[in-house]
Amino acid sequence: MSSVLPREILITTIARLLEGVRHVAVGASSPMPAAGAMLRRALDEKERTVRLSILGSVEHNFFTNGSCELFDSAGQGRIDAFFLGGGQIDGQANVNLVGVGDYPQVKVRWPGSFGSAYLYFVVPKVILFREEHTPRVMVEKVDFVSAPGFSDPEVYRPGGPVALLTGKGLFSFDKTRPGFTLESTHEGESLASIQEATGFAFEHADSVPQTPAPDAATLKLLRSRVLDELEETYPAFAADWRRDLAALSVPA
Amino acid sequence: MQSDLKGIVSRMRSGMRIAVPVDYAGVSMALTRPMIEAGLRDLDLVCVPTGGLQVDMLVGAGCVRSVETSAVSLGEAGGAPRFNAAVKEGSIKVIDATCPAVHAGLIAAQKGSPFLPLRGLIGTDVLANRPDWTVIDNPLSDQKDPVVLIPAIHPDVAIFHAPMADRHGNVWIGRRRELAPMAYAARETYVTVDRIVEGNLLADEMTGAGVLPALYVSAVAEAPKGAWPYGLWGEYNADVDELKRYAAAARTQEGFDAYMSETAKQGEPA
Repeated sequence: MSSVLPREILITTIARLLEGVRHVAVGASSPMPAAGAMLRRALDEKERTVRLSILGSVEHNFFTNGSCELFDSAGQGRIDAFFLGGGQIDGQANVNLVGVGDYPQVKVRWPGSFGSAYLYFVVPKVILFREEHTPRVMVEKVDFVSAPGFSDPEVYRPGGPVALLTGKGLFSFDKTRPGFTLESTHEGESLASIQEATGFAFEHADSVPQTPAPDAATLKLLRSRVLDELEETYPAFAADWRRDLAALSVPA
Repeated sequence: MQSDLKGIVSRMRSGMRIAVPVDYAGVSMALTRPMIEAGLRDLDLVCVPTGGLQVDMLVGAGCVRSVETSAVSLGEAGGAPRFNAAVKEGSIKVIDATCPAVHAGLIAAQKGSPFLPLRGLIGTDVLANRPDWTVIDNPLSDQKDPVVLIPAIHPDVAIFHAPMADRHGNVWIGRRRELAPMAYAARETYVTVDRIVEGNLLADEMTGAGVLPALYVSAVAEAPKGAWPYGLWGEYNADVDELKRYAAAARTQEGFDAYMSETAKQGEPA
């Protein structure tokens, strides 16, 4: 049995993707992106200040101009990284947050596009994060484009997707093709298992490496400071994590 | 200026366009049931920029014709059951937006301008389904530079809940500045507050900086804990158990009806 939880590998991967950022925004109901951003901030503490804006948090949110300030500051180029999920994500990194079937009278309705139709264009580093990695989520073509993965050259677009992280693996995105490349598979997964779960074609090396686990120092930081910080905004997620850690230390 | 819930609702009419705030900004849940009981119909809701329980309840009660929004959900309690069912049945019209576009429309109205240009959006199905939004070539650029014009949003009414107001009708909105463009843009603004305070909120620079002046406020009603089961910034947290109870009950129309009649008997929360 592994001594590192799968979610700890995901959070560490998110922190790695955030290398070099100054200001990360995290949307509502996103505990793992928030944890990844908190880990980045902790890792970089001695060299620079990493700012965090977590929607729904009081402690980690310094906006004073209401809910439009996030979008205004993104438009001003003050937000370096953001996370997007998606009910459907396709091979060209188009994201659908609206529903399945023919719009507008869709068969399954999801909440809606939120700020994606704007933030995907203006935030330089958008990380697509969706734990569920199945053919119904990772589709050939989305039913509704809430936000497109790439744009024609004349469209103002300083931002866009850089990576797709799922419960099975990590992909990078190449906007010149456009398309995804499988960079690594998480423990217990293989190229074949990921191909089977993915509705779109992607590129990959002959041999795909395993997603690295955090080193001992990072793991310690994650399980102490980051877990404590996360508790304010995501108490239920933090409690689950602590419970799983306790179970991990029980000898088999 | 000072009114009560019934007095405020008596000023609303069927067919009005009503702006409501996002779930964490101060939702006037206290007005929801009186609006339903008044039998309002064919309301066009504008969610600033997303909607939740209030929208779902008004839809479930048959008060709504259309919802202009960037999203509707119950947050941690999951999807909005009556809204989702109504979209599937086609019984309401949903006008999908994106958050900054709703803000842009209100800010255009705030400035008395016909529109505000907004980046992003090009190539989305959000834009493709908005015949009211127009793409132009940026006239200030010598290169091809398409940009979207968002027309001003002029609600008939804006409603929200805040911690306090004074007897002059000045409302303290603190950092929830998105409530101000809602009020600037709307013809009438009705506010419920946890408490009415003595004195003048504008007399003190510290409170004055966070005030929506009475100039933009048509009526205020006192409604203690009037955002419940939503929370109110700086005052109380959301009652997530109650939101989940609603979410489970409202999966069917019958369950929604039962929830509404059961909670009507309970009256105001403690």
